[in-house]
Amino acid sequence: MRRLTWFNTTSLTLGFAFLYLPMIILIVYSFNESKLVTVWAGFSTKWYGTLVQNQAFLDAAWVTLKVALASSTIATILGTMAALVLVRAGRFYGRTLFSGMIYAPLVMPEVITGLSLLLLFIGIGLDRGIFTIILAHTTFSMCFVSVVVSSRLVTFDRSLEEAALDLGCSHFDAFRLVTLPIIAPAVISGWLLAFTLSLDDLVIASFTAGPSATTLPIKIWSSIRLGVSPEINALSTIMIGIVAVGVITASLITKRASLRQQADERAAVHA
Amino acid sequence: MRRFALIALPCAWLLALFLVPFLIVLKISLSDIALAIPPYTPTLDLSAGWQGIRAFFSALDFDNFRFLATDDLYWKSYISSLQIAFLATLMTLFVGYPIAYGMANAPDHWRPTLMMLVILPFWTSFLIRVYSWMGILSTEGYLNQLLLWLGVISTPLTILNTPTAVYIGIVYTYLPFMVLPIYSALERMDGSLLEAAEDLGCSRVKAFWLITVPLSKTGIIAGCFLVFIPVIGEFVIPSLLGGSQTLMIGKVLWEEFFNNRDWPVASAVAVVLLLILIVPIVLFQMNEQKSREADQ
Repeated sequence: MRRLTWFNTTSLTLGFAFLYLPMIILIVYSFNESKLVTVWAGFSTKWYGTLVQNQAFLDAAWVTLKVALASSTIATILGTMAALVLVRAGRFYGRTLFSGMIYAPLVMPEVITGLSLLLLFIGIGLDRGIFTIILAHTTFSMCFVSVVVSSRLVTFDRSLEEAALDLGCSHFDAFRLVTLPIIAPAVISGWLLAFTLSLDDLVIASFTAGPSATTLPIKIWSSIRLGVSPEINALSTIMIGIVAVGVITASLITKRASLRQQADERAAVHA
Repeated sequence: MRRFALIALPCAWLLALFLVPFLIVLKISLSDIALAIPPYTPTLDLSAGWQGIRAFFSALDFDNFRFLATDDLYWKSYISSLQIAFLATLMTLFVGYPIAYGMANAPDHWRPTLMMLVILPFWTSFLIRVYSWMGILSTEGYLNQLLLWLGVISTPLTILNTPTAVYIGIVYTYLPFMVLPIYSALERMDGSLLEAAEDLGCSRVKAFWLITVPLSKTGIIAGCFLVFIPVIGEFVIPSLLGGSQTLMIGKVLWEEFFNNRDWPVASAVAVVLLLILIVPIVLFQMNEQKSREADQ
């Protein structure tokens, strides 16, 4: 029984207003002429200009992008392997420890993850920089990837793989040609999740980054500690814009893919 | 052999970068602060052989934990973190439930869009979402400007740098975690149950309490834990919105480490925080297990 009563409509309207108004205000005021962020003084794009010329922000953005690309890719490989182990390896010595190590980082407070990794890096004398941030990000995001991928693997029909093996495929080819294409959507969303988590992370990066590497969230953090700034509003607007375009494109693609799949299934029934 | 390689690689990675670091935290929490590099003692000296290992273990003690118990700051921070997390979870539930309910009752063709609108903020930077409230809640911020203009208040309210701002920030950033599990529970509900209740003379409000709420219970519990557990260790929200008035343990740990440079105490704070978190985590796992069994 679906009915959109006035109560439902009101709660949806208020709820989405609550979720989106702060970001809309941020976007609107990024085009404010005045340096005083809370006073509107006319339309201007000058803060975008100063932002693009701010070398420190550009450097930080570049570091962040490199860290996110590297860590999400390694995390996707390791996380998919871990998912295969969790779903398929059956019993082995240390299984409880293994699944514990996969699930624990998901609920571990960031301050503890950051602290423990920093103490490790100092303990083994590893210089902190881009490399240590990549190690840290890979560690927590591989766990998210493995959860996403294993939820898909659980429903995977293994007889498809067995058929490939019976027809003479090697184990690796069966995985590459049969399993991987089927679980690909989950692997891709795992990668996207890992990428976003890495872009977003302030706390773990603050612990594991040395003076030689500053990521964008660390840079944003150090400037917003002092209060609201129009440059940060401009930067936020750009970041929100990129995410919005990305999410909307992704949802349109999945919608079209599912429509095509439905059409294929209908065609197969009629054939 | 193939299977061994598959297990070994992720396992080795997690051992080296998750378990070992945690053991180091545990060890340093039992050490003493020292004016040295690294700033704690004892350090394990393997070159001294068995003697060195014995000396190492005999130098470890629980002094830092005793210190945490005697100094007001720490236990007050733990209590206040739990309190803030608890109240904020309830508030998120009250804000989130009507949204999830509205989504579940929306026409089918609207739902993917509504879903996307709930998930979209989750993909945008957490830091920016918290930051967006600084401009709204400050003394000369947009909210005060609006209220002054409306004539509701005559002097600006102080909201930023108070616990109120922290609650607003938590509800705002964690809302998707509450809405999504409740929505997925409500969406699976069989609508004919409500029709049956109404045919049998149940009022709509009563049918809601007797049917809808119990059937969405696993979603409610999952949503509550998904908010409660991460909020306890939250650092960004209390630091940006809470000011010096708000005590939260994540912030205390950060300051102990970066400002006071007391690594042993920071490690002890971390160990106790984890011990506190074990209870809600185990309860959450049990709830997940139960809902998985119910699905089958």
